[in-house]
Amino acid sequence: MVYARLIIMRLLKAVVVLFLIVIFNFFLIQMAPGDPAAILAGEAGATDQEFLNQLRERFGLDQPLYVQLWRYVSGIAMLDFGYSYRLGVPVFDLIMARLPATLLLTGTAFVLSLVLGIVAGSMAAARVKKPSGSIIMALALLFYATPLFWVALMSVVVFSVYLGWLPAYGLYTVGAGHTGFALALDVAKHLVLPATTLALFFMAIYTRMTRTSMLDAAQQDYVKTARAKGLKPSIIQRRHVLRNALLPIITLAGLQAGQMVGGAILTETVFAWPGIGRLMFEALQQRDYNLLLGIFFFSAALVIVFNIITDLVYSLADPRIKKGAS
Amino acid sequence: MKTPLVLAISAAALTFSSVTLADNPKQGGTVNTIIQPEPPGLVLGMIQNAPTRTVSGNIYEGLLRYTTDLEPVPQLAESWEVSDDGRTYTFHLRENVTWHDGEPFTADDVVFSADVFHRELNPSARAVLLHVESIEATDDHTVVFTLTEPFGPFLISFEAGTFTMVPAHLYEGTDFRNNEHNDHPIGTGPFKFANWDRGTVIELVKNDDYYEEGLPYLDGVNWHIIPDGGSRAVAFENRTIDVLPSGTVENFDIPRLSAMDNVCMTEEGHEYFSPFAMLWMNNREGPTADKRFRQAVMYAMDREFAKDVLWNGLGNVPLSAFGSNARFQHDGLEPYDHNPDRARELLEEMDYDGEEITILPLPYGETWTRWAEAVQQNLREVGINVRTQATDVGGWNQRLGDWDYDLAFTYLFQYGDPALGISRTYLSDNIAKGSPWNNAQGYENERVDELFNAAATAFPDEEREALYHEVQEILHEDVPVGWLMELGFPTLYRCDVQDLVTSGVGVNDGFKDAWLDR
Repeated sequence: MVYARLIIMRLLKAVVVLFLIVIFNFFLIQMAPGDPAAILAGEAGATDQEFLNQLRERFGLDQPLYVQLWRYVSGIAMLDFGYSYRLGVPVFDLIMARLPATLLLTGTAFVLSLVLGIVAGSMAAARVKKPSGSIIMALALLFYATPLFWVALMSVVVFSVYLGWLPAYGLYTVGAGHTGFALALDVAKHLVLPATTLALFFMAIYTRMTRTSMLDAAQQDYVKTARAKGLKPSIIQRRHVLRNALLPIITLAGLQAGQMVGGAILTETVFAWPGIGRLMFEALQQRDYNLLLGIFFFSAALVIVFNIITDLVYSLADPRIKKGAS
Repeated sequence: MKTPLVLAISAAALTFSSVTLADNPKQGGTVNTIIQPEPPGLVLGMIQNAPTRTVSGNIYEGLLRYTTDLEPVPQLAESWEVSDDGRTYTFHLRENVTWHDGEPFTADDVVFSADVFHRELNPSARAVLLHVESIEATDDHTVVFTLTEPFGPFLISFEAGTFTMVPAHLYEGTDFRNNEHNDHPIGTGPFKFANWDRGTVIELVKNDDYYEEGLPYLDGVNWHIIPDGGSRAVAFENRTIDVLPSGTVENFDIPRLSAMDNVCMTEEGHEYFSPFAMLWMNNREGPTADKRFRQAVMYAMDREFAKDVLWNGLGNVPLSAFGSNARFQHDGLEPYDHNPDRARELLEEMDYDGEEITILPLPYGETWTRWAEAVQQNLREVGINVRTQATDVGGWNQRLGDWDYDLAFTYLFQYGDPALGISRTYLSDNIAKGSPWNNAQGYENERVDELFNAAATAFPDEEREALYHEVQEILHEDVPVGWLMELGFPTLYRCDVQDLVTSGVGVNDGFKDAWLDR
């Protein structure tokens, strides 16, 4: 029951927050220089006044700002995100079409970085004075400090151009006509480089954080007690140390999960991955405001959802938190 | 009444095809190429931007096609006649043409496309249609255009991207922009639309019922969508991609890629567009309002350096306002050579006080940024206090449209005739806020207006030439804009892709004749 109440309260707050975000985004975008109609006309190369007027009228840009805001907000309330200026397609459809590719990429990277990070961090914590532990930490520092785009480009140069092991770009092999299992395998191959690139940075953070907080937890009295009880070291590490060390990692995982929709712009661009990040970047360049606002909305909603999930996971990992939640 | 001035059409057609189809082409195969950026849609005529033209020029067709010398040759029209007074154009259409959905292509489609569809949607066609009094289908396969007065560039306006033929049976009486067929374009061209996986690929397949015997040779064309320039270069390097249309990789990658085995390069195929890079100079205010200052900028710039270093030696430094592919170029003008001393003299003469001016690079990639840096250095050498401002495409459009700049880079297409591609930059009735593609520098000269307007409708060509020569002399003296370069736009391709560029619009309709020697 406590959970149900918690979730309802949080969802109500979320609606208010989302509403404020919609208003804020709307004005934020108004402040950016550049008129969508002029950019579309500019792209067309040739234009006349009639063409510009047609475009403005079609987008409703000829209306005063408060009318535009009212139309937008009342549209959102009905879950109508309007049409993309440039593509003339409903924003909702565009986002839904790109969402699977993005979730596949960011979801894989999320799981990969979390699992490998925690494993590597635990190993480093267990080997705190040994060279193998230092090597893990040195690698983690390297990945933490290396810019993402450089890793992306270098992995393409090494694994696609020189070694020829993995495809350099795209979601699948164009023209190969794969279906079923062959298609899944093909997509998996295409996924390796972008997902690894995206995962490395967070993996490094998880590794460092897991190690630190496990070393902290190992100093606690309950660990001494457990050891005095004569429990096996592996059980102490897993049940007493790791479980208590997980809280800061959950916080960070919540943050990373919140970025799953819009957080892969660079990776998606370099690897030509047809996801939301690219859609957002192109919308920004084109001043495709409706599309941009739609993506902002989805990103914000996802952040809120993952914040709620994070809080729930906290209370699962540490039952003491449940009391404070209500 | 009409004594037809018949142009040697069938002869031209024969020469054209015998040149392009010299070898024994092989059937089959699919070409992989790049489209950058991803087009907003594929219905040519409704959308005229460069990527749409590049893909859809293979789906749709115009009445005519143009050689790399910009001579008109038959496409959907197999012959045409021009009346003695230059006011009546009669087109005879091919009789065995069908749309991709099987319906026959007739004169009604031409009338609908030109008179209804383009008048409503298409600014570049609208500029031509201003001169058209009536369009009539006299029978199923004959269309007569009657002009209000002679219009010199009329015959060069029928390229597929400008005057696309769209199917009347699918569009007539509908809301064009929300027509259900916009997702699945239907044309008459050698390739049919097959699939568009947004963000990944656009696939075209061979039109088996194409009316030209034996064409096309290819089974299909895949246009890959890769947003990063470095990744596009890699895709070409590791042989996934056969053809890199111009502008798809950064200039500094071109020497490396073109040096690879089995890679060929051509500069042909941009004669119709003939992109002309310019430096906009605000004629309204600040030091740039003084023509001596603008002349000084011309003398200060080392344009040959920019061509050799930034553009790999491709392209051409123009003499003046008319490019080398433009008709009626006046070659007797004194060139603005790199002459810093002359620039300093002019600045001294006008008492330039060192007021700071800004320069706005074109936000189209690294080459343009570097070019702005080179020009900035040139200008500083002669004592002009100049600062570069960075912006993105949206910001650039806004700044130009609001006339909020001193110097700005741009490039414009010339469209084969001064009345289509050149006069628009200089005519004073083309001054309007909100667009960066008109007379954005604010140049006003009554005599220039008179000459351009008279030349557009003068007949025959000798009269046009005299008028255009006079206007070039005035422009050359006034320097309303800086003339930087006629850009070389190279297409890179595997050498076994044969007959890729066979017209003045390059790969925009090039896959029609292309075949793979594999």
